[in-house]
Amino acid sequence: MKFTHILGAAALSLSTMLSTGAFAADITGAGASFPAPVYQAWAAAYKAKTGTGLNYQSIGSGGGQNQIVNRTVDFGASDAPMKDDKLEAANLLQFPTVIGSVVAIVNIDGVESLTLDGTTIADIYQGKITKWNDPKIAALNKGVTLPDSMIVPVYRSDSSGTSFVFTSYLADSSAGWKSDVGAATSVQWPAGAGAKGNEGVAGTVKNTKGAIGYVEFIYAAANKLAAADLVNKAGKVVKPSVPAFMEAAAAADWKNAKNFAASMINTAGEGAWPITSATYILLPKNPTSAAQSAEVIKFFDWAYSAEGDAVAEKLHYIALPDAVVAEIKKAWASEVKADGKAVWTN
Amino acid sequence: MDATLSGAQTVKGLAAAKPTGRISDPLFVGLLWASGIFVLLLLGLIIAMLFEGGLPALREFGISFLWSTTWNPVTERFGAGVMVFGTLFSAVIAVIVALPLSFGIAFFLTEIAPGPLRRPIGVAIQLLAAIPSIIYGMWGFFIVVPLIAAYVQPPLIEWLGPIPLIGALFQGPPLGAGMLTAGLILALMILPFITAMFVEVLESVPPMIKESAYGVGATTYEVYRNVSVPYGRSAMVGAVMLGLGRALGETMAVTFVIGNATRMSASLFAPGATIASTIANEFPEASIGSLKLQALLQLGFILFVISFIVLALSRMLVRSKLKG
Repeated sequence: MKFTHILGAAALSLSTMLSTGAFAADITGAGASFPAPVYQAWAAAYKAKTGTGLNYQSIGSGGGQNQIVNRTVDFGASDAPMKDDKLEAANLLQFPTVIGSVVAIVNIDGVESLTLDGTTIADIYQGKITKWNDPKIAALNKGVTLPDSMIVPVYRSDSSGTSFVFTSYLADSSAGWKSDVGAATSVQWPAGAGAKGNEGVAGTVKNTKGAIGYVEFIYAAANKLAAADLVNKAGKVVKPSVPAFMEAAAAADWKNAKNFAASMINTAGEGAWPITSATYILLPKNPTSAAQSAEVIKFFDWAYSAEGDAVAEKLHYIALPDAVVAEIKKAWASEVKADGKAVWTN
Repeated sequence: MDATLSGAQTVKGLAAAKPTGRISDPLFVGLLWASGIFVLLLLGLIIAMLFEGGLPALREFGISFLWSTTWNPVTERFGAGVMVFGTLFSAVIAVIVALPLSFGIAFFLTEIAPGPLRRPIGVAIQLLAAIPSIIYGMWGFFIVVPLIAAYVQPPLIEWLGPIPLIGALFQGPPLGAGMLTAGLILALMILPFITAMFVEVLESVPPMIKESAYGVGATTYEVYRNVSVPYGRSAMVGAVMLGLGRALGETMAVTFVIGNATRMSASLFAPGATIASTIANEFPEASIGSLKLQALLQLGFILFVISFIVLALSRMLVRSKLKG
């Protein structure tokens, strides 16, 4: 008799434990590595505030897309926007979270600051420009003494969103690059050497005289790497800086972009940084669990708040323009439904 | 009569001596069977998975996938040529560098080294084998690559580059990363394995033969050359093949230092790619059902086949020696 009591009490306490566990169920996400630091910082701040945790696995955009198509996580994350037909087939809502940018870093003896433009960088990476004192580079850098040394282009060997943004910029800037190489998370690089990750590219550039490489701005900023200035679409020389990225984001054509896949490459703004891009979240429009899906949306709703923006800014990410956030919230309310009912309302 | 009787008794006695547990013993034997079959099943399933997963790529590109040198993720044209070449090239460099070193260390340890020195060197070599490959990769990337770029490549490119034929091996900008660097790092990584087997082989040479050779006035080198090495030759070749097999599949360290370029080049200094490094680089962004993933799986299968051939050869050579 007594024994059954104890057993009953144990079962009761176990079930309460389980139910509180279910109440504070963590949300799971997987995908792009570029926004992983900010997602993790958001997760920590959000957990402290609400008790809901986020378990984000930084496994790469391709992996994130695979996992959300198979519905093994609550949301996927991808640097490159997914193609419209693929989104439709998988019944996914795509929305951007933060904006990042890519900068070019160089290692030339005796040269402190350098200015480059898209076609020149494309020619360098295609092996058409091989010396630093090439007339094309000299024309952009009047008054700078450039050495007669070999250029060693360094690229990301692992397929990555950073390479996607960078090659998109080269393809948009140079017709030759577009037809011969193209834009993707990894391409057949016509010249140079590959290194793994931002740290690999930065390390190789640092070790190799005459090297040029590209890394995410957040990485360059955190490690205080000097980046080259670029000539933007308006013909102005811009320095990589947060205002320049924000101008690029504001100048993007968000209105006509399907699935929020607005290009921020070579936007028209006077002070816009030309290699800027958003990173995306993929959320099922037909979630299996309405509660989980609502938690995901609540998380990102908080991430877009002033508190979330502050976390992102500390890590050198750029927050989205307010108008875009308003559009995203509308999409959440109208498109994510379980049993015909919206899982979240503004 | 006595002998036959006792023989029969032994057989009978053994059966009788087996434990009589009704459940426990068959269970134990069953578990042993399961463990054995498990390995076979696992291996078979992995091979089948690689082959089946990569089959669409083989269908798409035909048998020329094996030697085509295109690897273009944008246009989705894939071929294994560059990676197969890079895998073999870097592994061969590794063996060429590791072989004389292993010979030297092994012979020194078994013949020359005084007792107190034998253990520290032996342990040091074992420790080399215990270093994780990522550490070799980082060390290669931060220390070896800049050294080679600064002090090895510029003079070699300048002096040997212009020579016809051989010069082709020494072309390109001094990047530091490339085939040669990958081969050197791999050499260090396979060195402990080859050395350990060499030591074993050299120790198995009957002392009497060596002593007779010394007795008729042979020098240390002559004993080494004419007695020890011929005695263990085939086992040594097997050891080298085993090292080669390890070099073929090495991933992390190679990815750090090979330069990761999917272009074909005969130059020792040119960046290249191996099968394993390409899979490590491209896998995270290859989406399910994509031709790229299928091509990567097919690459894995090719590596499996190459490793299998090398391993089978090494087993054959080692075994033939042990029997003889």
